[in-house]
Amino acid sequence: MWKWLHPYAKTERAYQLCLTLQPWFWVGALACLSVGTVWGLAFAPQDYQQGDSFRIIYIHVPSAILSMGTYVAMAIAALVGMVWQWRTAYMSMIAMAPIGAVMTFIALFTGAAWGKPMWGAWWVWDARLTSELILLFLYMGVIALYGAFEDKQQAGKAAGVMALVGVVNIPIIHYSVEWWNTLHQGATISKFDNPSIAPEMLWPLLINLLGFAFFIGAVTTVRLRNEIVLREMHRPWVQALAMNKALNQQPGDAATASLKEGS
Amino acid sequence: MSLYQGIFKRDMQVAFKQKAELVQPLMFLLMVVTLFPLGVSPSPDTLQRIGPGVIWIAAILSSLMAMERLFRDDFQDGALEQYMLSGMPLPAVSAVKVAAHWLVSFVPLLLLSPLLAMFLNLTVDMYIALVLTLILGTPLLSLIGAIAVGLTVGLQKGGVLLALLLIPVFIPLLIFATSAVDSAALQLPYHAQLAIIAAMLLLAAALSPFAIAYSLKVSQN
Amino acid sequence: MQFESFADFLNMGGYAFYVWLSFGVTLLAMGIIAIQSFSKHRDLLKQVVVEKERKARIKKARQQQQDNT
Repeated sequence: MWKWLHPYAKTERAYQLCLTLQPWFWVGALACLSVGTVWGLAFAPQDYQQGDSFRIIYIHVPSAILSMGTYVAMAIAALVGMVWQWRTAYMSMIAMAPIGAVMTFIALFTGAAWGKPMWGAWWVWDARLTSELILLFLYMGVIALYGAFEDKQQAGKAAGVMALVGVVNIPIIHYSVEWWNTLHQGATISKFDNPSIAPEMLWPLLINLLGFAFFIGAVTTVRLRNEIVLREMHRPWVQALAMNKALNQQPGDAATASLKEGS
Repeated sequence: MSLYQGIFKRDMQVAFKQKAELVQPLMFLLMVVTLFPLGVSPSPDTLQRIGPGVIWIAAILSSLMAMERLFRDDFQDGALEQYMLSGMPLPAVSAVKVAAHWLVSFVPLLLLSPLLAMFLNLTVDMYIALVLTLILGTPLLSLIGAIAVGLTVGLQKGGVLLALLLIPVFIPLLIFATSAVDSAALQLPYHAQLAIIAAMLLLAAALSPFAIAYSLKVSQN
Repeated sequence: MQFESFADFLNMGGYAFYVWLSFGVTLLAMGIIAIQSFSKHRDLLKQVVVEKERKARIKKARQQQQDNT
């Protein structure tokens, strides 16, 4: 069933895939985030209890959902790397980690900025906030572990194990508001038939969710290409790529003239 | 003058090449501080009561991790021996290295301190006192710590030994620093505690370079 | 439009500081990671070229040495 995925075990194909997807992701991110943010900031109705501060939801909820989603994607990439021994899987994993960490940070920061006017405190140690903070630590741990190894293949395996072990945190974050008495409110959009949020407020939220997802995809394609170039530096196709880029950048330069001569 | 600038620049460049080594003690600090609300109690009053102590203890523990870096790389590539044989006064070299180490290891701690203060519910007055104790106390940690690092620089399992050597020595600093922040919490003046920490710092700044040089001579024969 | 005037929009019903802090820091964080990723890409490709030139120089030097002996 997954035969169509197999060519992407090769770094060259994966690189091409990133190049193909990238413009779509950037355009999608820009479009969705502009529409969603403007709609949410200026056109969505005010909340009955929270006034205009609730507009932070249009960043907070998408980034929180995607911080968990990116971690799960990272864990799946790690699993693929371990089971099928694909280097591109490990490379994707480490490409996603920093943007996932940034999403987690955004969720925590906007949550604190929203919590201060609403609950009177920038931070409380309730179950959901604490487990989201632990998620940030897990991301930092995966990145740190990967960076600690010289041999990146070994690094991928080690960081992959770490990512998989940490996946147990994701259901904890999600169900924390049900399992514990928390200050943080319950799920807003997980009930499909009767969402507890008005549709005029829901649509910008979903559009921003899609926008942030596109953004994560876009940054991941750039970072995956970086990782591929870093690991495959001595391969002819990478060198050809780099030479092309250098030649396109400075057509009339003495340095590039010597490059043409030397290659 | 330029020789010392050279040593300083080299230490800074080496430090920034290994960003992971700089970030890990900070992550450790953050995680240790996070453990206290989870392990003791998340109640804001409790956290405010134990907060200053927790932050200082976490700072001391994470500094022990970062401290090993001070002479290790120079020892491994032979630069330490070169410094010792070069005819440059070893106390001065040590002082420059400690200064570079402090900038790289403790200034990030100072920058992270507002976040830690927020996690532990410290009031603004307490936080101001905390920052003052950190500014005066962390150079003291570096200077005194360097003496013990100099003694253990070539050893295989230096890590825990360093902690055993240094923790008793840091206890007075810990006591005065937390006392200062606790006084701030009660809206009492804390100049006395700060003055004593400053006095310890001045004494260390004057004498520890010589002690560090001596300890290096002892450990390097 | 939910707001009467642009000044009202900026004020966000009194929550201006928190709302704009959130949106501002988010934009900053997203900007930093995007810019850093692209900048790393350019640096890496330059590095590949530099390495290739270096290898070519080393090869040339070896050739010359062999020709001389």
